[in-house]
Amino acid sequence: MDRIDSKTAGLLRTVADFDPEKFMGAFNIRSNCMSIGRRSTENIKIETKTDAPGLDINIAPGTKGEEVFIPACVTKAGVDDLVYNDFFVGEGADVTVIAGCGIHTETGEPARHSGVHRFFLEKGARVLYVEKHVGTGNEAAKKVIDPQTECYLHEDAYLEMDTSQLGGVSSSVRHTSARLAARAVLVIRERLLTDGNDRAETYFTVTLDGEDSGVNLMSRSVARGDSYQAYQSEIIGNCRCSGHSECDAILSENGRVDASPKLSANSQDAALIHEAAIGKIAGEQIMKLRTLGLTEEEAEAAIIDGFLK
Amino acid sequence: MLEIKGVSFTKEDTEILKGVDLTVPDGKLFVLTGPNGGGKTTIAKMIAGIEKPDTGSIILDGEDLVPLDPTERAKKGVSFAFQHPVRFKGFTVRDLLDIAAGRTLSDEELTALLLEVGLSFEQYAGRAVDSHLSGGEIKRIEIASVLVRDSKLMVFDEPEAGIDLWSFNSLIRVFEGIRDRRSATLIIISHQERLLSIADELVLINGGKVAFHGPAERMLPFIMKNDCINCPVDEKGDLIGPDR
Repeated sequence: MDRIDSKTAGLLRTVADFDPEKFMGAFNIRSNCMSIGRRSTENIKIETKTDAPGLDINIAPGTKGEEVFIPACVTKAGVDDLVYNDFFVGEGADVTVIAGCGIHTETGEPARHSGVHRFFLEKGARVLYVEKHVGTGNEAAKKVIDPQTECYLHEDAYLEMDTSQLGGVSSSVRHTSARLAARAVLVIRERLLTDGNDRAETYFTVTLDGEDSGVNLMSRSVARGDSYQAYQSEIIGNCRCSGHSECDAILSENGRVDASPKLSANSQDAALIHEAAIGKIAGEQIMKLRTLGLTEEEAEAAIIDGFLK
Repeated sequence: MLEIKGVSFTKEDTEILKGVDLTVPDGKLFVLTGPNGGGKTTIAKMIAGIEKPDTGSIILDGEDLVPLDPTERAKKGVSFAFQHPVRFKGFTVRDLLDIAAGRTLSDEELTALLLEVGLSFEQYAGRAVDSHLSGGEIKRIEIASVLVRDSKLMVFDEPEAGIDLWSFNSLIRVFEGIRDRRSATLIIISHQERLLSIADELVLINGGKVAFHGPAERMLPFIMKNDCINCPVDEKGDLIGPDR
């Protein structure tokens, strides 16, 4: 493995809590458009794509309890990184994938990372996918992260996505789509914090094709400063299935949020629900915490921390 | 000692408190009762700093609390349990009670605290303080958030509301314990006879004033006999209506 500079090491710790000296499993570290470290294991093979920048990650059927780290870092201004990573998860496997992207720039020039991830889960496979995005360094520099995730779940597969972007990213456009076969389940938890002039757009499309498939989509966000967020979700139920989406947003200062949930039921047996709430922090919540000894500022911070936890 | 002197308060052209005077000695348990709309909750909010009086003073151990905000009053040892508890998305019961305590509670401390309000650690410590909790459950957590602060002045606004009998009995024992140890001054707003019966003094609030108050053993029979909790009384404390 190439020597990891301190900026990259810091980002790796932040986005993936990853220490390559201690971790013994499969990983690939991408830094400024290049792979600077990689390891495959007996069950998890990581190979370079031949037709595009990126990786094929093959997880053998029946692999249990293993983790694979695929973080990406950008530490130079002017970089525009685009990567395609495909995850092929074998039948009955049960693994954790930890991705995430950190951008650190010290000059005023912009930097961007776009990760296109595709998940192919075979029958009965289970995956926990953890993805964290951060931006650090010169606040004036534009830091852009545009993730795309496509998910294909075969029968009885289970995918849990836990994504967070809690500051420092100037602009992000997230596209997530999924198709679910019979009895497959998708759970998505998104946490988002924007501040200053940040802008974040999120688009989810989940198609429930298989009988008794289900999706639970939960988004919690805080829009501070003059930031803007857009949220669009569409759950399409084509059979007996269940779908639930929940979008909660807290507005602070001049933050703005647009939310457009959509449910499409193409079968009488599709049970689809959407819940949404956007608003400022309730005054009574602040007051309760003040009666417990917190200042107004401390109360607001505690409420936001809890909300995004 | 808590001294409420000449406290008046008008909101949206309605005179809610009309010169309330009340002295609560240290370590006493006072229950404020009386008809709905009489001003009991407003007095409690005045003490906690949620509302501010137009005139008058609220003096705790010689210091006027009126210029202080709710945070400062909490730090001076005032705690308040809301009649209608607030829910928080993202907070667990443990999170809220840690904030209330001002530190991280051990599992043993949390277990004992939750038991005092009739909840089990295993079932509730990790539960979210949101709309999934019933009215009775959130009420008990609200009470716990005050008990854990171990303040010198604790104010409970209708703690009995929404609580089942077993938990209510447990709560009575908690209040009795605090009263017997004289470890804190308690002001409880209640319509519940059992709570009235454990008070050192009962205070009947009506029409924005203290109608009358005195030792519980003397006041309780009178209040219950004349249904003072529900029936209107005049400014002297006399009942209005056919029983007069």
